[in-house]
Amino acid sequence: MSRLELKTPNRARIVMEELYKDLERRIESSPPGLCPVDMSRAFLELCHAQTCGKCVPCRIGLGQLNHFIKDVLDGKATMETLDVMEETALSIMESADCAIGYEAANMVYKGLIGYRDDYIEHIRHGRCTCTYNQPVPCVALCPAHVDIPGYVALVGEGRYADAVRLIRKDNPFPTTCGFICEHPCELRCRRNMVDKAVNIRGLKRVAADFAGVVEPPACAPSTGKKVAVLGGGPGGLSAAYYLQLMGHQTTVYEMLPKLGGMLRYGIPNYRLPKERLEDDVDAILKTGVEVKYGLKIGQDITIQELREQYDAVLITIGASTDKKLGLEGENAEGVMSAVQFLRNIGKNIITDLTGKEVAVIGGGNVSMDAVRTAKRMGAKKVSIVYRRRMADMTALPGEINGAVAEGVELQTLKAPAAIDVDENNHVKGIYVTPQMVSAIRDGRASVKPTGEPNVYIPCDVLVVAIGQNIETAHFEAAGIPVSRGKIKTTSTGAFEELPGVFAGGDCASGPASVIKAIAAAKVVAANIDEYLGYHHEISCDVEIPEADLKDKSPCGRIDLTEREACERVLDFEGVENCMTEREAKQEAGRCLRCDHFGYGIFKGGRETLW
Amino acid sequence: MVNLTIDGKLISAEDGVTIMEAALQNGIPIPKLCYLKGINEIAACRVCVVELEGKDKLITSCNNVVEEGMVIYTNSPKVRRHRRTNVELILSQHNCECVTCARSGNCSLQKVANDLNIIEIPYRMEIEKRPWNKEFPLIRDSSKCIKCMRCIQICDKVQSLSIWDVEGTGSRTTVSVSGHKEIEEADCSLCGQCITHCPVGALRERDDTEKVWDAINDKERIVVAQVAPAVRTAWGEELGLTPEEARVGKILDALKRLGVDYAFDTTFSADLTIMEEGSEFLKRFTSGELKERPMFTSCCPGWIRFIKSQFPHLVRYLSTAKSPQQMFGAVMKTYFAEKLGVSPEQIYTVSVMPCVAKKGEREMELFYGEYAGHDIDAVITTRELVRMIRAAHIKPDTLQDIESDRPMQEGTGAGVIFGATGGVMEAALRSAYFLMKGENPPADAFKAVRSTGFGANNGVQEAAFQVDDVTVRTAVVSGLGNTRALLKKIESGEVQYDFVEVMACPGGCVGGGGQPIHDGEEWAFERSKNLYYLDANAQFRCSHDNPDIQALYREYFGEPTSHKAHMLLHTEHVK
Repeated sequence: MSRLELKTPNRARIVMEELYKDLERRIESSPPGLCPVDMSRAFLELCHAQTCGKCVPCRIGLGQLNHFIKDVLDGKATMETLDVMEETALSIMESADCAIGYEAANMVYKGLIGYRDDYIEHIRHGRCTCTYNQPVPCVALCPAHVDIPGYVALVGEGRYADAVRLIRKDNPFPTTCGFICEHPCELRCRRNMVDKAVNIRGLKRVAADFAGVVEPPACAPSTGKKVAVLGGGPGGLSAAYYLQLMGHQTTVYEMLPKLGGMLRYGIPNYRLPKERLEDDVDAILKTGVEVKYGLKIGQDITIQELREQYDAVLITIGASTDKKLGLEGENAEGVMSAVQFLRNIGKNIITDLTGKEVAVIGGGNVSMDAVRTAKRMGAKKVSIVYRRRMADMTALPGEINGAVAEGVELQTLKAPAAIDVDENNHVKGIYVTPQMVSAIRDGRASVKPTGEPNVYIPCDVLVVAIGQNIETAHFEAAGIPVSRGKIKTTSTGAFEELPGVFAGGDCASGPASVIKAIAAAKVVAANIDEYLGYHHEISCDVEIPEADLKDKSPCGRIDLTEREACERVLDFEGVENCMTEREAKQEAGRCLRCDHFGYGIFKGGRETLW
Repeated sequence: MVNLTIDGKLISAEDGVTIMEAALQNGIPIPKLCYLKGINEIAACRVCVVELEGKDKLITSCNNVVEEGMVIYTNSPKVRRHRRTNVELILSQHNCECVTCARSGNCSLQKVANDLNIIEIPYRMEIEKRPWNKEFPLIRDSSKCIKCMRCIQICDKVQSLSIWDVEGTGSRTTVSVSGHKEIEEADCSLCGQCITHCPVGALRERDDTEKVWDAINDKERIVVAQVAPAVRTAWGEELGLTPEEARVGKILDALKRLGVDYAFDTTFSADLTIMEEGSEFLKRFTSGELKERPMFTSCCPGWIRFIKSQFPHLVRYLSTAKSPQQMFGAVMKTYFAEKLGVSPEQIYTVSVMPCVAKKGEREMELFYGEYAGHDIDAVITTRELVRMIRAAHIKPDTLQDIESDRPMQEGTGAGVIFGATGGVMEAALRSAYFLMKGENPPADAFKAVRSTGFGANNGVQEAAFQVDDVTVRTAVVSGLGNTRALLKKIESGEVQYDFVEVMACPGGCVGGGGQPIHDGEEWAFERSKNLYYLDANAQFRCSHDNPDIQALYREYFGEPTSHKAHMLLHTEHVK
């Protein structure tokens, strides 16, 4: 007689596991704009089905909560219903035996507090104010609302130049974004419901790589108006591009020797090769945008002067100063900000770090850029010093993995405590305080000291990458509203007190992404156009292919490959490989064309102009 | 050209046409429900699904275009099964009490379900019931709505008012007044285009036939009816009469047989409108008042509601003339009442209109020395007229082509064409010419304002006419979306006119929201041809030649725009 037996899952169990995975992916691609009360009901039904049935609060209480939510949705509830719901949810939360019960009730409770207005709207007016108005998830989540299904279909047909033209309607940096966009578009891609999100950024890279030189569209007839744009980063150049297309003569003021801003002086060449950045910049300049280099606002020229010389002034200076640690010794030699460190590389000032040890403080994308750059400068040992865990880093997972593959050390759960400086005022190392992960606050795990003694990390170069600031002093003096270190505009990018002056991008939003700066540029360009008394519309006459009718059976996502770590770390050349045309065709074919299938064909499927 | 196979038949179709169109051109009408060409191609009802060889999932034929080598089955077992299921699912949320539905017999859902031989619904019935103000001229019955979204689309894309919108999400998604408003507070023009484009009975006009029956039954009341120009070219469609048979005199006969005491033709008061509006135009034109902005016609109540809510600052450029309906009402309760020797209160005025907005327009009050009720007491649409004829079990082929009653008997060709886009302008120009030159123009001198086809030229006809050394710049527009676009051009200075005619419904009253419904078809242009035929063959082609109008001025109003005319025939356009 055997005492134990090895259990194998039965067929139902296997199918259920599969369905759980399907559901996870489905929730991942949940579209925006759904009625939260109805979603609460749906979640609750799932939770209730999970109950083991032993305890009263969970077995009966969750079902009763569900009846109440249905009453609300059916217009049969009163305001008292909400009180009873709240009490019942609290009872379950505080008296259920296990997490199946108390966490389910907590979900309902959170909703009762968090979207009480929606509950009340249903009770008082018998209706829901939610509308499903963003049917194409990728376009809805792209800050610049680039026509993604459109260009994906064009790439699928090998019409790369047309794809670039279509992208430029909303984003004049197709090549740059093909390399380094954060691709929020992929987050809720409906293809997740089938298998996995379409590799949208990868397909944009394909368009940029295969298109060759694509001329920008013709500009509208000259309006005779002049616009000054301060700062030649992605935001400034995008706005200049659209304003020029609208017929306004635009002049960009750039303090550095070349255009591109952080794209040139922040993002390392191995992520965005400079000659590829030039592709975008060249197309923008071909529209007739003028550039004045080497002039710093507040130093060489003032806002007042520009206001007198131009019909409108746009401030897009970005966020190019650094945040300080606030530790003694921060001004020692060998300590520098990531902005400075990367800008030197951008200027082609490459210091040899052979045999040196480098520590970089911070866990964001800039930090990853700094460590991987240091590695390429020949450093013997490069470490990331970060106070939280790897899972808490804000850098994209691909960037972290890339750094680790290139031999970067991760010193996590170590908070900088003091900088050690030698007699020549040169950094020697950094003391860090060991941390342990603690309670989750606002969805993020906090840390606290473990109580262990500080640890010493020796280093010859210490790079601080804990965020960037905005140089606001001159603007504040010129009467431009500044609040919490940012230029404070209205939602249209204008200032109530300063007609004709606009601002956008990182300097107004705080450090963000390239695509957000481009989105802001569209907003200010349109509003400057209106301010100047025009209503030019930006559109694109590229005809978008009909949606193909093939069955969309599951098919793996094609990820971009990278050059071997041991090889790529020896140079500054691009790391990421493009797809082949064959791969691109298959990947583009995975797109579900939400512009044609589903709600998109009825409403909100395509913005043909702005 | 693209070669493909549909139901085993090798066919060639033009590039870019849908599978549905290609099939229809080859004698295969694929069943459909939500589809409305060019307006609503959203593939929502899934009734027009077809099977594409090599593909597991069915595709919709309404919004997918033909491709080379396609092999399509429009009636395979899989298609039949799923099409049927989808219709059954639609029926499970549709109030299927067809016997009490105004659209019974002319309902696309009923037809599709009958054609598919659905005699039982295997699903639980879930009928949405929402309250609605039954006093409002436009009625929405949520229990019948199949969420095809056509009303939303027609109001967005054609009429540019966006009165309807999707409300809610998920399984509770429904159609409602946009902006979470009540219909009374929305800017609805009451054009009724959502009604005539609804495939089922979810939208209809308020039924006023009982009010008319009550008035007929009331021995104290003298029921006086009028019939609008556009009714004559459409009423026969539902009664099996050809355009040649469906003469306006037969409508008058029908009204008499229903029990109406006196029956008139609105073309008489259309002529009266021309006398007033034409004179007003000449006055404003020669005074230089129209240098900046044109004078706008005022006979379309949908347009009046539109301008008041959308362009309130332009209201002062409207003609002050009342519409023919209202003018006739005023004349019936004054001039005609005096002729009969009765008080205005004894007169009950009924009008038969191709229009839903006329039900709103009748709320306007009449002051005849003192308050005298309303110009018009009840308005019924062409559809309601047909329902009354049916209810009275009148055999259409027994109707006689009788004359209108006296003394407002005569109507000219100019009055008849009021029912089509461009008609008011053309009629007005004929008389304006006479007033300027003292002689009649050639009858067809102003035909340039006529539409050249349904929706042609974005519903706009522009024309400038030279009379001696004076040029009159005119524009005619129908459809409120087209109207909005034209008004924007006028406001931006892109175009300049002296006189602009606006009709809310595409094609004019002939395509009115109260006309018989032919799902998926636009009959306005065809109907207008009949009006122009009647005009061409009329004894009098100019309003000022109407002898009964001349008598009316002689005996009662004196002359156009006289004080009395202003009191009874004009109005301040206030909200």
